[in-house]
Amino acid sequence: MAEIPLNLEQVARLKETAKEIADEIQEFIDKHSTVSVERTLLRLYGVDGVDEEDIPFPNLLVDLLRDKNQLVGGVSRSFAAAMLASGRDPQTTAELLAQGNISFGDVERFSPDRIMEKEKELARQALCLLDGSRERKREKQENYSRSRQPWRYMIVATGNIYKDRTQAKAAVMAGADMIAVIRSTAQSLLDYVPYGPTTEGFGGTYATQANFKIMRAALDEASQKEDRYIQLVNYSSGLCMAEIAACAAHTDLDVLLNDSMYGILFRDINMKRTFVDQYFSRLICSRAKIIINTGEDNYLTTSDALNSAFTVTASQLINEAMGKKALLTDDLLGLGHAFEINPAIENAFLYELAHAQLARQLFPEAPIKYMPPTKYQSTDIFYAHCLDTLFNLASITTKQGIHLSGILTEAIHTPFMQDRYNSLCSVNYVFNVARGLGDEISFTPEGLVARRARKVLDEVEDFLKDIKRTGLMEAIAQGRFADVKRPVDGGKGLSGVFQKAADYSNPVMERLVKEGIIHE
Amino acid sequence: MSEELIKPYGDTLNDGVVQLSFTLPVAHSARAIKAAEMYTEKLNFHSVSVVHAHKIGEGFTFFVVYARATPTLDYSRVKATEAEVHPMDFYEINEVIRTKLNRKLVAVGAAIGTDAHTVGIDAIFNMKGYNMDYGLERYPEIEAYNMGSQVSCEELLETALKVNADAILISQTVTQKDAHKRNFTEFIELLEAERLRGRFLLVAGGPRVSNDLAVELGYEAGFGPGTIPSQVASFMTMKISEKEGKSLDYGNDTET
Repeated sequence: MAEIPLNLEQVARLKETAKEIADEIQEFIDKHSTVSVERTLLRLYGVDGVDEEDIPFPNLLVDLLRDKNQLVGGVSRSFAAAMLASGRDPQTTAELLAQGNISFGDVERFSPDRIMEKEKELARQALCLLDGSRERKREKQENYSRSRQPWRYMIVATGNIYKDRTQAKAAVMAGADMIAVIRSTAQSLLDYVPYGPTTEGFGGTYATQANFKIMRAALDEASQKEDRYIQLVNYSSGLCMAEIAACAAHTDLDVLLNDSMYGILFRDINMKRTFVDQYFSRLICSRAKIIINTGEDNYLTTSDALNSAFTVTASQLINEAMGKKALLTDDLLGLGHAFEINPAIENAFLYELAHAQLARQLFPEAPIKYMPPTKYQSTDIFYAHCLDTLFNLASITTKQGIHLSGILTEAIHTPFMQDRYNSLCSVNYVFNVARGLGDEISFTPEGLVARRARKVLDEVEDFLKDIKRTGLMEAIAQGRFADVKRPVDGGKGLSGVFQKAADYSNPVMERLVKEGIIHE
Repeated sequence: MSEELIKPYGDTLNDGVVQLSFTLPVAHSARAIKAAEMYTEKLNFHSVSVVHAHKIGEGFTFFVVYARATPTLDYSRVKATEAEVHPMDFYEINEVIRTKLNRKLVAVGAAIGTDAHTVGIDAIFNMKGYNMDYGLERYPEIEAYNMGSQVSCEELLETALKVNADAILISQTVTQKDAHKRNFTEFIELLEAERLRGRFLLVAGGPRVSNDLAVELGYEAGFGPGTIPSQVASFMTMKISEKEGKSLDYGNDTET
């Protein structure tokens, strides 16, 4: 395939620097937990549901423990003790605790050995849940065969999960390989996961475990009908990164948007909270084999795509390094980037090729996620369709992994059924007629594309060195990413972060780390 | 005023040619195509030609249709408003603020309510700007505060008062169920409740915002898709100067 000659020593240096940046953050992560991580543990132990005021039981329980100043030891031990006290299953135990029928945090009543035994049993069940999801997906993929990359990714977002089903099935029929249910606006800022099937949303549909299940069932039908495996995508970045990963594992999702910095930069979520949450979230994704998608495309909607190209690559490298810490393998790293250069610039397409090819070569085994034009997308739908068509050509030529189909009405409204069809017509056409183009061409070593890619790489090197010197947290605080300053102790969700006590217990995390990557 | 009757134009004046595309919730068939033709006739079109029909889902068919429109419109009776902007460039704007206002112009912007999209407000505010046109943050004579997205009306007003803003710029991208109109209105209601209605120059922006809509909702101007920062900066500079009795003399080339 066409390759830009890159300095491989430089690439190795960049990866090493990114790893060192991630190492420093990991030191912080290892000493801390969050309310959301603890709620995730309860969800993995089998606690679900809401009380009469729609407050999820995982939230109620974690808050109860927190009020007693006992959360620093983690929720696991107290919950195991409560199960011994109730003699019932996790869900009933949670309800009894919430109603005050049994008291929480009463660990002295039972011997440490009995509690530890119970915790081990709960952790075993949690691991079974993650392993079961991974195995079910593998079986389905073997039954139906997975489509060739670039996978055609299509969004649905009516706000009503039942109507989303109709839209999704139509998109699959038109050629989509992956269906993403866009979340209701601002869900990322909710410090809980909404419950049950939902039929109202703003600009999207709430991410709930019930909605995941409904859509997965619809896509299973569609997979059978089309005889190809259709992947389901949802979004976890925000205040509930790990909890949504747990819900996703419960319902066999294939892909989660999951970025180590997106929430901090673009949603003003506290950085400590995000770093701790993303780690546990990604450990779950690794075990359940959920591909993560990262949000580097967002850098380009706020900053200039040429001048800021290096921030995209730098963020990809940091996301990769942090992902590896959480045991994600290359095939699960859907690192993001986008086709956002101003089309008025001469040779803009060549620069796009350079950026896309660079991402491809830096992460050769990763299902790189490629976003369509949005910033310069036009309300002239005919022109918009042309822009998307060239985006499709860049994608197939540089062999991207996950192709977010651009939609001609991008700048106007949430897509209609016919918009998706029109979009996929162009994708199908270009992918078919230019399938082998990337294997046939080569880039002139001193040409515009190669020079551009090398220039970006040089800028990345300077930038990463600077980040490493400053420290990632301080660099974000100084506004080095996306032109936005996020103080270390600013943003939403900081109050949910706590330092782990010496006797902190999280047997699921312990086992995930100890057992490492599961090879199949 | 004399009548000026117009109709859509294909290649001959008054041919009335219109191109339509739509989906009907019926399975693709000869009957479906006939239905598309008949429905278009019900819309008062004639010479209907269904040029393309394709199945796009179980029980859904997509059509491309050409047809001729019947009614005419008297253009002489059509009225619409546009934000009155005398376009100035980056340097002119800074110069006018420096010499006419003799102080910095203070602008606060936000995407309010649940709207998480910063694309609009960022295009106008961010240093780098949009489409080769510098953003407000770049103007030495403008003190620009971009509060980002999901800002509550109360927070926005509080900030505007704190920094003594001249202008408040509100962006709305999400339009599902008319959320943008509700949010725009909520801010006006807050100002009225606080008796601060005349205190700021209010500007609305977003992909589905027209000047008419913005004026109807109580804003001084509305800027739609494709707006560049200098248009907004020119408008603010002109209006704030006028408000302070230092209206600008543009000579004879005023565009409205």
